[in-house]
Amino acid sequence: MSLWSRIANVFRGDRLNREIEEEYASHLEEAILAGRDPTEARQALGNALHRREESHDIRVLAWLDTLRADVVFGWRQLRRNRVTSAAAILSLSLSIGACTSAFRLIDALLWRPLPIAHPDRLYVLSRRGMGFDNRPGEWDSWAYPDFQLMRAAAKGQADLIAVSWAVRSDVTWKTDQEMEKAVVQHVSGSMFPTFGIRPAVGRLFTENDDRVPGASPYAVLSWDYWSRRFGRDPAVIGRTLHYGDSVFEIVGVSEKKFTGTEPGTVIDIFIPTMMHPGVLRQDMTWIRTLAVVAPGVSVEPLRAKLAAINYAFEKRRLSGETGLSQETLRNVLANQVRMEPAPTGTSGMQKEYSRALAAIAILVVMVLLIACFNVANLMTAQSASRSREMALRVSIGAGRFRLMRLVLAESTLLALFSALGGALFSWWSAPMVVRMINPADNPARLILPADWRVLAFGAVLIVSVVLFFGLLPALRASSVEPIGALKGEQVPARSTLMNSMIAAQVAFCFLVLFVAGLFVATFERLSNKPTGFSADRLLLLETTSHPPQAVGYWDQVENQLRAMPGVERVSQASWPLLKGFGWNDSISVNNGPPSVDLAYFLNVSPGFFATMRIPMLAGRDFRASDTYPQAAIVNQMFARKFLHDDNPVGRSFNKSSDDGSYERMQVIGVVADAYYSDIRTMLPVVFVPFHHPLNQGTLKPISDATFIVRTIQRNPLVAASQLRQEVGRVRPEFRVTDVHTQKELIEAQTIRERMLATLAVFFGVLAILLAGIGLYGVLFYSVIQRRREIGIRIALGARAAQVVRPVVAGISIATALGAAAGLALGLLSTHYLESLLYQVKGSDPIQLASPCLIILVAAIVAAAPAIVRALYINPVELLRAE
Amino acid sequence: MALIDSLQGALELLVLTLLSRRPRLHGHPIMTAIAENSDEVLKAEEGSLYPALHRMEEAGWIRAEWVKREMGRRSRVYELTKAGKQQLATKERRWQMVTAAVNRVLRTA
Repeated sequence: MSLWSRIANVFRGDRLNREIEEEYASHLEEAILAGRDPTEARQALGNALHRREESHDIRVLAWLDTLRADVVFGWRQLRRNRVTSAAAILSLSLSIGACTSAFRLIDALLWRPLPIAHPDRLYVLSRRGMGFDNRPGEWDSWAYPDFQLMRAAAKGQADLIAVSWAVRSDVTWKTDQEMEKAVVQHVSGSMFPTFGIRPAVGRLFTENDDRVPGASPYAVLSWDYWSRRFGRDPAVIGRTLHYGDSVFEIVGVSEKKFTGTEPGTVIDIFIPTMMHPGVLRQDMTWIRTLAVVAPGVSVEPLRAKLAAINYAFEKRRLSGETGLSQETLRNVLANQVRMEPAPTGTSGMQKEYSRALAAIAILVVMVLLIACFNVANLMTAQSASRSREMALRVSIGAGRFRLMRLVLAESTLLALFSALGGALFSWWSAPMVVRMINPADNPARLILPADWRVLAFGAVLIVSVVLFFGLLPALRASSVEPIGALKGEQVPARSTLMNSMIAAQVAFCFLVLFVAGLFVATFERLSNKPTGFSADRLLLLETTSHPPQAVGYWDQVENQLRAMPGVERVSQASWPLLKGFGWNDSISVNNGPPSVDLAYFLNVSPGFFATMRIPMLAGRDFRASDTYPQAAIVNQMFARKFLHDDNPVGRSFNKSSDDGSYERMQVIGVVADAYYSDIRTMLPVVFVPFHHPLNQGTLKPISDATFIVRTIQRNPLVAASQLRQEVGRVRPEFRVTDVHTQKELIEAQTIRERMLATLAVFFGVLAILLAGIGLYGVLFYSVIQRRREIGIRIALGARAAQVVRPVVAGISIATALGAAAGLALGLLSTHYLESLLYQVKGSDPIQLASPCLIILVAAIVAAAPAIVRALYINPVELLRAE
Repeated sequence: MALIDSLQGALELLVLTLLSRRPRLHGHPIMTAIAENSDEVLKAEEGSLYPALHRMEEAGWIRAEWVKREMGRRSRVYELTKAGKQQLATKERRWQMVTAAVNRVLRTA
C-alpha cells in the first residue's frame, strides 16, 4: 500500500505539494488561534520550501520521481525542436514498423513452429535431380502406393503422414444449390493423432479412416472455416457436403490452433487420403510425405532405407515405360531422396517467397539503419549545441550519470513514440503485404498473430535502436568539460564521426536503390513482355460439368454465348493459357526413340487462334470435322525443335502415351509462339481438337473446359455475370467455377515481382528521403558551427568557392566513399538476388548508374540550403552579435 | 523544555501513544497535547512533527484524512492503523527496556 501510494504520488506531485502546504497553513492558523505570536509560529515552522521538500521526498518514490522529471524534461526538449522530433519519430516509426512487419511475415512463413506435438521431429521427404521434363529441380510430390511402401518400412522409426496439395475447390452443401469455394486437403488418418491435435467438436480421423479406398466419406472442418462458414454451430456435425463426385459427412472440427501444415494456406476441409481418386495410381504424384521421427532415431539411415524403397518402386514402375527416352528414365531413377527438417511445415509459398522476403528484410534493415544514423546525427548535433547547458548542470553538481540519463530519457521517449507509430504501421502493413500475394482465386492466407514472439522482437528492436542512436549523444553530453564550454568555446561535434555516419547512410541508400532498380527492371521486363497473344477484352469462363458431357453440348453453349450481345468471339480450350496448368508427353519423329525434352498439349476449339489473336503462320485452323489425334497445329518452337522445319504442314510425328502406345498426329497448321503455362519459359506446344472419337464411334465426353470470350466492351468483366448465367441456362449440368480476365492471369504471373518492385520502390524512396534529410541536417549544422570562421573569411574577401569548399569537402568525400561502398555491396548482393531477377544483370551500367544519379541529385538538393546560407552570412551582423 | 528530537524514536512513540488514546487528531493538537501531558517538559517542533507524521503515514502505521473544520479550512486528521497499534506495542516495549537499562547504568555508575 505504501509503495503504491508512493508510486502514485510521483504522478500527482503538484497536488501533493499543495496538500503539504495546506496542512502547514492549517497548522499555522490554529497556532495563531491558540494565542501564539504569528511571527514566532511562522519561524517555528521553519523554511517552508525546505519542509515541503522534506515531506515531499518522504511521500514519493525518489528514483521514480527523478525518472519522471527526466521524462518531463525530455518531452520538453522534444517539443522545443518540434519539427526535427516529428521527422525523427516519423522516420523511425516507418522503419521500425517495416522491420516488425518483415519479421512478422518471415516468422509466420518460415520460423514459427507448427502448433503440433513435436515440430522439432517433423521432416519432409523430397527428391532432387532431373525431372521428366528434362529440367533440374526438387519435388516433394509422391505417388500414394510409393508412400504406403515407405510408411510400412519406416514403422517403429517414424510415422509417415501423407498430405495432399491444398486445393481451393468447388464444394456444395446439400441444402443449398450454390457451389462455393473451399480449400480442401486430403490427409492421412494418422495425421491428427500423430500431431496430437484434439477435436473442438465431434471426432477427428484415425487410422481406421485410412484402410480401404473410398470407404471413409468423412470430412473434418478447420476451426477457421467452421467459424467463418457456420458461425461455430455444433449442429454442423452430421451435415453432408458434395466434393468431386462424392458426398462427405462432417464428423468433427479440429482444434483452433491447427490450420494445416502449409504456411500461407489455411485449410477449410480435411478429407482422408483414401477418398482421393488417385490413391491407387502409381503414376500420379499428389501427396507430400511428412515424417515424424521417433526420439533417438538417426535420420540418415532412415533416409537411406526410404530411398532404397523408393528406388525399387520407381524401377518397377518405369520398367514397362516405353513412352519416355532412356535418358529420361535414367535421370529420374538417379533422383536423390532427401529428408529435411520441417518444423514449420512446408508449402509452395515458403519456396516461392522465402528469398523474396529475405531480400525485403535486408532492405528494411538498411532503411532502419539509415533512420538510426539520421537520428543519431541529429541528437549529436543537438547535444553539441547544448554543451553550455550541460556544463552548467555539471558545475552546479549534476553527476555525469545523471546527464547521460537526461539525454537517454529523451532518446527513449523518441523511441517509444516511434515504437507506437511502428506498431500501428506494422499492424496495417503486414496484412497488406499478404494481400498483395493474391493469385486469381488462390489468395494467400498467412496467420499473423501479435503474440509474445512479435512483442519480444519489437522490444529487442526498440532497445537496440535506443542504444544505437541514443548512447553516443548521451556519452558526449556526459563528457562535457564545464570550464571550456562555459567560457563560450564551441565544442564541435566530431565531424569525422558525423561524416562516417553520412558515408554509411549513403552506402545503405545506394544498396536499397540499386536493389529496387533491379526489382523494378525485372517487373517491367516481365510485365511488358509480349505474350504472343492479345489479352485485351478477353474473359475466361472456367466451366465444369458432372458427369462429363458430350462435346456437342459444349459446342451448343459456345454458340449460345456467341449470340449474346456484347460478345465478339467465343472459343474453347481445356484451360486458359498462362493458367499454370500443363499436359506434356514425349514426341518421336520418323519412328525414332521418344524425345528427352517434352512437348506440351492443349485442346482447343476451331477459332481459338482468331479469338486469342495468335497469328497463323502456315496451313489452316481446325474445322469441326477435325478429330484427335489426327489433326494437330504446332507452334513455331515445336516446328523448329522437333521437326527442324519452319513449314512442316503435312508432316507427321508420334505422341507417346502413358501406356506406352503412340498416337500419330499430322501437322495441319503452324502458329506463332505464345506463352503456354509460364511467362518465363517458351515451350514447344501442340494444339489438338476436342473431338476425340472413342472405339464405338462416340466422342469422348468432357468434364472441364474454359470458354474464352472476347467482348466488345473495354472491360470484359461487365458481361461476366450475364455470360455466367447463360452457361447455366443453356445446359443446367454446366457450372462456371471461375471467371477471370486473361489480363488477371498474366498479372498473376508476376505477383512476386510486383510485390518486390512495389516494396523496394517504397523503401528506396524512404531511404533517399532519409539520407537526404540527414545530409541536409549535418551540412546545415556545420555551417552554423563554422559561421564565425566563414564570416571572417567573407570579411577578408574570400570568393564563393573558397567559402563553400571547407563546408562541403568532408561531406563530399563521405558521400563518394559511401557510394563506392554501396556499389561494392550492390555487386556482392546480385549473386544472392539472382533467382529473383529476370533478364536483369547487376553489372548492367544503367542499373549501377541510376542510384548514383539519384544520390547525386538528392545530395545537391540537400546541400543547397546550407551552401546558400553559408554564402549569405553577413560578417558585420555576425561579429556584432558575438 | 526539552526537544524530543534528541531522543531517538521518542517522537514517534509519543505520537502513536496519543493517537491510540484520542483518535482523529490533527497536527496542532498533537503538538499541544505532547506539551501539556508532559507538563511542558517536552516539546515537539513543527519542523520534526510533520515529516514524522508523513513518514509514519507512508510506513502505514497511521492513516490520514482531510476533514472540514467549522472555520472553512480543511485539516488533515490522523488515526492509528492496525500496523500502527502493533508498532506502538513494540516501540513501547523497547522504550521501557532502554530507559530501564539507562537507569540501571546511572544507578551503578
